[in-house]
Amino acid sequence: MQEFDLQDSGVRDLNSALHQADAEGESFVVANPGGKHNVAAGAMFSCDVSVHGHVGYYCAGMNKNANITVNGNAGPGLAENMMSGKVRIKGNASQYCAATAHGGLLVVEGNAAARCGISMKGVDIVVRGSIGHMSAFMAQTGCLIVCGDAGDALGDSIYEARLYVRGSVKSLGTDCIEKPLDDEHKKEISYLLKQAAIDDVDVDEFKRYGSARELYHFKIDNVGAY
Amino acid sequence: MCGIVGLYIKRPELEANLGGMLSDMLMQMTERGPDSAGFAIYRNPVSPGQVKITLQSSDPDTDWEAIQTCVQAEIDRKATLSPVANHGILIARLDNKVDNEAETEALLNWVENNIPGIKITSIGYTIEIYKEKGSPDQVIRTFGLNLMAGTHALGHTRMATESAVTTEHSHPFSTGRDLCLVHNGSLSNHNNLREMLIGEGIRFTTDNDSEVAAGYLTWRLGQGATLNQALEAALEDLDGFYTFAIGSKDGFAVLRDPIACKPAILAETDDWVAMASEYRAIAQLPGSENATIWEPEPATIYSWERS
Repeated sequence: MQEFDLQDSGVRDLNSALHQADAEGESFVVANPGGKHNVAAGAMFSCDVSVHGHVGYYCAGMNKNANITVNGNAGPGLAENMMSGKVRIKGNASQYCAATAHGGLLVVEGNAAARCGISMKGVDIVVRGSIGHMSAFMAQTGCLIVCGDAGDALGDSIYEARLYVRGSVKSLGTDCIEKPLDDEHKKEISYLLKQAAIDDVDVDEFKRYGSARELYHFKIDNVGAY
Repeated sequence: MCGIVGLYIKRPELEANLGGMLSDMLMQMTERGPDSAGFAIYRNPVSPGQVKITLQSSDPDTDWEAIQTCVQAEIDRKATLSPVANHGILIARLDNKVDNEAETEALLNWVENNIPGIKITSIGYTIEIYKEKGSPDQVIRTFGLNLMAGTHALGHTRMATESAVTTEHSHPFSTGRDLCLVHNGSLSNHNNLREMLIGEGIRFTTDNDSEVAAGYLTWRLGQGATLNQALEAALEDLDGFYTFAIGSKDGFAVLRDPIACKPAILAETDDWVAMASEYRAIAQLPGSENATIWEPEPATIYSWERS
């Protein structure tokens, strides 16, 4: 196990350790992050990182393979462009978490703020609480599960990402509609909730939202608009 | 990009540490705003019948004693002027025979017209506003913020995006008696609004967009709106990105625009309430590890006041 106290050492020391091949299989414990930026960004190997405290911008950005847990809140840009691996936040996440993320799983145990999963490209996101406005804007693929409520303009200009919300949705964005919740979707929700270690939520309570596919195909009727 | 910090002390014993705590917060916002910094501190309220005015001089060798003599001669009553670097705190006794507002206005006009190179940064009973070009570290040392005591304070670190780097363009901006504004963001309709407000009699000293937001609040408050009403109206009339922190005699308020892309974080303990652009500023405060922490919702007014 390697320990990093960010009060004494810089974030770069931690991150360069995570970029070395011998991080594979290793455990890292990070103390006193104090809201610093880029904590555990760019991890490339399968390892466990446990952060004790609140982190600032871009925590776990570009994560590949690592299993990162933050025992606290995360600032803007959490797990931005994550490729694979798992990121878990015990508290709340600020805006645009998992933006453009291609893969892996992000679990937010608290709430996520505005623009959660904006332009997501294959990541799976499970939020125990609620999410803010403009979430899943232009979401391309992957799955967003929200056990609480969603803010305004959910899934605006969405492509093929799959959205499941258990509570209320304040409003749907352009070209995002509610769709029937079939067995295959319930199976997907069950699987991801299990991955997120959430076992007290009834799968039948979710509603599914996705693209009406009216916006992203060129339509000759709209030619005058160009 | 800019950095905002605000701190409101709930436990009176901590008031002596206000400046030190705010300095620690401001230092963390250096990267967000390295070109100028400023702060408003609420302390040493003047007696009824007095007014406190912060003066700022463009000349580092200003003869503050001569200015004090000048003011004393002009208003024929007691006035003291205490210099703090290139700022001076003028405390003037008002002649209570006439309307205080009109008398204060007359004094401000006289200062502006008769003392060359002097700008007024704040007016009120407790507020003092200090601001200058340079890094937060330099500004803190110049004015000795770390040693100042008070009830509450706001601070700002500026990274200019809309207008020039000068002392006048720095924050906080005064928005009336004991009121001030700090802003992180950029307004897109400030030119039209400025013209409208000039028509309404609001004066501006710069082409800065944040000064327009301050002028807007001054105008609304002058029309009799409460601070909350003025902020509600601002949500309708200001177009652009903003996180505002607004200081008042008894507390402060925070407002984010409906898009809320400019960050803000709030935290509260039994000892203090703090706001900052980022948690790392709040992490400097004693007891922050056990604070209740939340992100303010878009288009929602949060305020604290001493009862």
